[in-house]
This record gives sequence, C-alpha cells and structure tokens, in this order.
Amino acid sequence: MRVHAKRAGVLLGGLMTPALSMADWTLNMSPGVTGTSNDIFSLHMTILWICVVIGVVVFGVMFWSIFAHRKSSGRKPANFHENTLVEILWTIIPLVILVVMAIPATATLVDMYDTSEAEVDIKVTGYQWRWKYDYVDEEFGYFSSMSTSKDEIYNRIGKNENYLLDVDNPMVVPVGAKVRLLLTANDVIHSWWVPEFGVKKDAIPGFINETWTRVDEPGIYRGQCTELCGKDHGFMPVVVKAVPQDEYDEWVAGKKEEAERERELTEKDWTMEELMERGEKTYASACASCHQEDGSGSPPAFPALQGSEMVLEDMEGHLDVVVNGVSGTAMQAFGDQLNEVDLAAVITYERNAWGNDTGDMITPKEVFEYKNQD
Amino acid sequence: MSAVADTHAQDDHHHGPAKGITRWLLTTNHKDIGSMYLIFSFTMFLLGGAMAMVIRAELFQPGLQIVEPEFFNQMTTMHGLIMVFGAVMPAFVGLANWMLPLMVGAPDMALPRMNNWSFWLLPCAFLILVSTLFMEGGAPNFGWTFYAPLSTTYGPPSTTFFIFAVHIMGVSSIMGAINVIATILNMRAPGMTLMKMPLFVWTWLITAFLLIAVMPVLAGVVTMMLMDINFGTSFFDASGGGDPVLFQHVFWFFGHPEVYIMILPAFGAVSHIIPAFSRKPLFGYASMVYAVGAIALLSFVVWAHHMFTVGIPIAGQLFFMYATMLIAVPTGVKVFNWVATMFRGSLTFEAPMLFAVAFVILFTIGGFSGLMLAIAPADFQYHDTYFVVAHFHYVLVPGAIFGIFASAYFWLPKWTGHMYDETLAKTHFWLSFVGMNLAFFPMHFLGLAGMPRRIPDYALQFADFNMVSSIGAFMFGATQILFLVIVVKCVRGGEKASAKPWDGAEGLEWTVPSPAPYHTFSTPPEVK
Repeated sequence: MRVHAKRAGVLLGGLMTPALSMADWTLNMSPGVTGTSNDIFSLHMTILWICVVIGVVVFGVMFWSIFAHRKSSGRKPANFHENTLVEILWTIIPLVILVVMAIPATATLVDMYDTSEAEVDIKVTGYQWRWKYDYVDEEFGYFSSMSTSKDEIYNRIGKNENYLLDVDNPMVVPVGAKVRLLLTANDVIHSWWVPEFGVKKDAIPGFINETWTRVDEPGIYRGQCTELCGKDHGFMPVVVKAVPQDEYDEWVAGKKEEAERERELTEKDWTMEELMERGEKTYASACASCHQEDGSGSPPAFPALQGSEMVLEDMEGHLDVVVNGVSGTAMQAFGDQLNEVDLAAVITYERNAWGNDTGDMITPKEVFEYKNQD
Repeated sequence: MSAVADTHAQDDHHHGPAKGITRWLLTTNHKDIGSMYLIFSFTMFLLGGAMAMVIRAELFQPGLQIVEPEFFNQMTTMHGLIMVFGAVMPAFVGLANWMLPLMVGAPDMALPRMNNWSFWLLPCAFLILVSTLFMEGGAPNFGWTFYAPLSTTYGPPSTTFFIFAVHIMGVSSIMGAINVIATILNMRAPGMTLMKMPLFVWTWLITAFLLIAVMPVLAGVVTMMLMDINFGTSFFDASGGGDPVLFQHVFWFFGHPEVYIMILPAFGAVSHIIPAFSRKPLFGYASMVYAVGAIALLSFVVWAHHMFTVGIPIAGQLFFMYATMLIAVPTGVKVFNWVATMFRGSLTFEAPMLFAVAFVILFTIGGFSGLMLAIAPADFQYHDTYFVVAHFHYVLVPGAIFGIFASAYFWLPKWTGHMYDETLAKTHFWLSFVGMNLAFFPMHFLGLAGMPRRIPDYALQFADFNMVSSIGAFMFGATQILFLVIVVKCVRGGEKASAKPWDGAEGLEWTVPSPAPYHTFSTPPEVK
C-alpha cells in the first residue's frame, strides 16, 4: 500500500514538476512597453472594472434572492411583473456607461491608425511558417524562422527558457523611432503580434496592411503568429530586438555588406561538397517543415522527395517547381524567396540526399540563367 | 419516447405509432422527430466532446505528446463544426419540435413531411463530414471558420466533401426554420395573440427568421469556395483578382447571427424555467420580446467585430465597435429581468433551476468578456488569443448547453411520464459547473498573458493554467456520461409524473397528460 502511495506520489510529482519549477500564474495583461500598449492596458482595466462593478451589483441582488427568498424558508412569492421606471433606468444607465467607454476607445483607435511620419519602414511578409523582414529603405531583407529544435518539441531534451519563442534572425528596430510596418503574406493569412507593443495586424496575401510602433526601452520582445495558417501555425514566433540608434546603424551597415557578399557568391565556382553543405541548411529552413527532414513528405498535400521521379530524373521540371511553385497547391514559388546560391544548393541537396544519389549538380550561375531566360 | 397507448378520448380516430424501424424512418410526428433530433444532438455532443478531450490532452503539457499538429488542427476544426452544427443547433430544433406545437396548442408542426426530411438530412450530412477524417490528406484542418485561402488553395482534398456537408446542413436548417415559422404564425390556438405567446415560442420565431436570413449566406460562401477549388474562379484568391478578406466579410455576415441562433432559444427556455421555480411571473415580458428583437436586428450589423485586425478603415472600425457595444443594452435588459423575476420569489432549486441560474451567471460573464472584446483597441490584444476561446465557450457552454440541459430536465417528465433522478441530476449539475469553470476560466488568464488560440504546443509560461484547464475539461467531459444514464433511467421508469410536475410552471404543455400522448391538441384549446 505504502509502495503504491509512494509510486503515485512520484508519478504525480513527475507530472507536476515542469509546472511547479516554472510557476507562472500570470493573471492579467501586461501594460507593455509602448504608448499604444499602455493606452490599451488602461482601456482594458477600465472596462474590466466596469464589468466587475456591474457584476457585483447584479449578482449581489441575485445571490441575495437565492439566500433570502427560498421556499424552504417559508417565503410567499410576490406577484409583480413589471415596473416601467426601473425598466427605463436599466436601459438608459448602461447606454450612458457605454458612451463614456467609447470616448477613450475612439481616441486610442485614431492614434493607432496614424501611420504617418515614420522614420523606419519594414515590410513584414508571412510565409508558411516563418516571417520575412524587408528593410525597405536599406534594400536588404531576411527570413526569421523559429530556432527551437525538434528534440525540444518532442520532449527528447529539456526545454529552453524561450521554448517556441526563439528565432534565428530577430527583427531589429531602433529605440525611440517611429517604425512603420507594412504587412503582407505570401500564401495564407498570418497575423503579426507582439503583445508588449500592443500591435497585432493580419498579413494578407495580395494586400498590404499598415501599422506602427515606437519602442522606448531596449530589449528583446517576443510574440507569435495569431492567425491559423496551417500545421506549423504554433511554430512561427515573432522576435523583435530593440537597440539604441547607433547600434542599429551599425547593424544595418553589417546587413548591407552581408547582402552584397551574398550577391557575389553567385559568381563563385561551387563544388558539390559546398553546395551539399549549404543545401542542407537551406533545406532545413525552407523545405523541411512540409517535405520533412528525411524527404519523406506527408502525402498527398506534401509529396515525398526521396525517390521521387522528378527529383531523380527531371532536372528541368525540378527547377521549375522550386523556382515557380505549383499553382493551386501549397508549393510556393521559391524563386523570389531564395537567392540563386540557395536555390542551386537546395536542388543539388535534394537530388543527392537520403539515398537519391543522382550525382547531379546545378550551379548558381545555371539557376541565374534559368531565371533570366525568356 | 416509448410507444404510448392512445388514451385521449377525442383522438380515437387516430392510430398510434407504427412498429419497428419504419416508425422512425417514416414518422411525421413532431414528438418522434423531436426525440430523434435530441438523440442525434447528444450523440454529436459526445463525439465533438471526445475531440475536445484529444485537444485538451495534447495541451496538458508543453511539447508534442499525443498527436501531430496536422491532426490537432483537424480536431479543433471538427470539434467546432460538430458542436455548432451537430450538437447545439439540432438540440434546439429538437426542443422546438417537441415543445412548439404543445406550447401553441397545435396538433403537430405545420409541415410534417418536410419535418421528417429535414431531420434525416442531418445524419447524412454528418456521415459525410465525419468520413473526411478517414480520407487521404485528412479532415478539414483550417478551423471551424475555414478562412480562405487556407481552406481553398491550401485546403486538404476532403474540403469539397466538407462543403457538400455544409450545404446539406443548411438545407436542413432552412427547412426546419420554415416549419417553425409556419407553425407559429398559422397554428396558434384561438386567443393566443402574438404578445401572449410563450417566450420560447417568441425566441424560436425570431431565431427561425435569422436562420432563413443567414443560412443562404453560408451556402453562398461555401459555394464560392467550391468554385475556387474545383472550377478555377478566384473569389478569394488575390493572385486572380479576388480578396481573402471578402471571405471573412461573407462568413461573419452569417457567423454573427449564427451565434445568436445558438443562444436565443436558450433565452426563451430559461424565461420559462426561472419563473416556474421562483413561483412568480416573468418580469418584463414585453421588454423581453423587444430585447430579443433588438438583439436579432443588431446581429446583422456587427459582423466585422470578428475582423478588427484585418485592416478595415477606421470609419468602419468605429461603426462596428459602437454597434457591438450597443448589443450590451438589450442583453443587459434580459439579465436584469431574470434577476428581477427571482427577486422576492419563492425559490426552489431542482436541476432545471440550477442549470438556469448558472446559465444567467455564467452567460453574463461571457457577456462581460464580449463587451471587453467589443472595445476595438483592446481587441487588438485579445483577438485570436485564448481570451476569445474563453469568451465564446462561456457563452456557448453555460449558455447554449446549460440552457439545453435546463430544458431537458424541465420537460423530461412531460416527454417520458417519469420524474428523473433528482440526486443524480444535481450531481450532474455540480460536476458540470465545477468542471466547466475549471476548464474555461483559466483560459481568460492564458489569453491575457499572450497565448494564441489554435496552437498544438505553447511556450512554458502557459504551462500551469493549461494543466488546470485540461483537468477541468476531463472532469466536464466525463460528467456528461452521467446525463445519458439519467435520461435512460428516466425513460425506463421512475416516479410517475403528473400533468404539471412543477407547481410554478405555466403554459399549455402542462395541460396535457404526462407523458404527452402521441397525438395532442387535435381540437385546439382556448386561450383566454
């Protein structure tokens, strides 16, 4: 008996440990770090308290009836069933409360919609299932994908503090500057949200939405995609790093240089080993979420690449699918998402990995020629 | 439900129910059809509930343990669709079938053959919908709101079957609604003017008009999807000149009245139950009727509050915010009226009353969070988080579902001729009440802390409340088996019920014997 109790205790303890060790019983919204998020927080608290007060009054009367007006305590029922004055009052009073509430809400909304006079413009594009940030004025852009490993997700190793909320390349913004975000999507609707900014806006394919934020405190802020966008909807976090202006300028300069270096790589002569090495990385970030790390896919939506006829034989077709996508399906056109080096690397990788072993190799130059032929 | 000997003297030219399976397949009797609707609804409730259990089991701890994300999305989608279209709506149609003719003093529904057809379409529709789970590529996985282009260009192959199922459900609902309107407007007993109708009749009349107005819109939107998927149109595909946001406008033009379709009949039923167990007439009958009318009208001009973050212009944003806030006024009137009905009454707390009182309290909490969500700037933080999940489960579980349980316990003696087991019923109530609050209240906290909805896995700071919520959900889910036990027990026997088992109850349905004979009101009663 005692052994059983002990076992049950251990089991229960085991189940509860992750919960207890990171006990975080947050009850309320965070006021956040921007003017907008603070305005929203105060609206939230106002309406919450209005609801609490109304609740106390209404439930108060109700509970008093429940306790005092019981048949078991010998109550005889009254027989009233209308009272015009009371009925008018409880129509008018809520109306007045609502008008009072609507005024600050309108003011906040007008402020949230004012995207004029921004100092930095960033185009945010939602992809299944990562974000791309294009710094419109600086002519560079990059993808931001979740960096939490599958091992953590499938409970094979312990979970990191920022489990599911970490990315390889965070968005970087300067502190104190008004940043305008231009949101769109490449495939399905996504929604970009950072709770501490009070900014959430849908990214819709074919349309551009605008919103803005001004972050006053340096730091790393985390959010997630909030519009169901397919199987990995839960795995496309948003991470924004707010840094002082001079650090931001330095970062921009570095990014521009890096973009220039990438462009030069197209001209370089690549070996099979180099392409395979780079292809593996590109495949992991751009392809593996659908076609799986081992190329097995999940048919019928996401066909297998391992042993695929097209991958094994039809180089032209393979190139066409990767560059132009397959319209009407989930296969996107990667021609604009990846540069020539990555395209060449990933195609080479797919034709030689997981026992495909075709020995085929395609160079960035050939991809460039393919893309620019008519 | 059991075959009842025809004892009514005036009915001796009628015959009783047919024998065997043909009774159920071919019946045109409103009581039989009502029972079939209720049984179907409860079956779907258990199926949708089982899917909810899968969802809560996966969310018990962070990490992926039980199901893969693809299947998780299928579960959330099917859970929503089955609960909305399979559990809640058919349950109310079942109650309408059983009770409307009895309440207005009519011998049956106005269009009995159509009634049979509108029921039998439902099992067909859900057979198709559920079969998608076994198809290649799996069941619909884009959420019960099936936003394009996730549901069109990126949807699984089974989407076309889903569309067909929705079409059939829509046909069934529209036929049911026509039947309700025809019955209420044409078959009331002499002397029953509109403003003397019981509130359940009133709320169902208005619900039926809502159904006729919006089900064709739903059919339209799924047809546009069908065209986009199979016939090369681009209604919702921006690359072909379409607009994904158009989908949301059309969907929510259906979707918002739909949420009132799922709650108005419960308003009506509770407006009978609270006076009955308070032994006091309903406070403010006329204002109750006007409030339901006002809610129904407003429900057509608030749809875009589901879309505050899609980027509609500020003028539209403000219009939909104000219109949505306005709904709080008639809804408030209804809550105040129920409380005033209890005030200075002579209260007892049998199971129907327990469920009805819990309905008022918890639905009001759902209303409060609804008011918070109406504030557009704040909605930017709440939207698509667990706060929204908490909100609509508070209006649908203790709203629609508790309303249905309250009605079932209230009218079970009339249906079966037996009293149900009060102790078991009270146990059912308290376990449901505790389980439901444990499951859904922490979701408010999760949403405010920043947890998005429809995710199979979550960041570590959400772990604690998710565990609590899952425990509550398992408790609520398991408890519902008890309801099945109570109803089966009540059908098979128990204390004989008198014609009017509740001493405070009012209405024509209590003037016929319990169980209600197979044919009632062949001669219309007189209403003074």
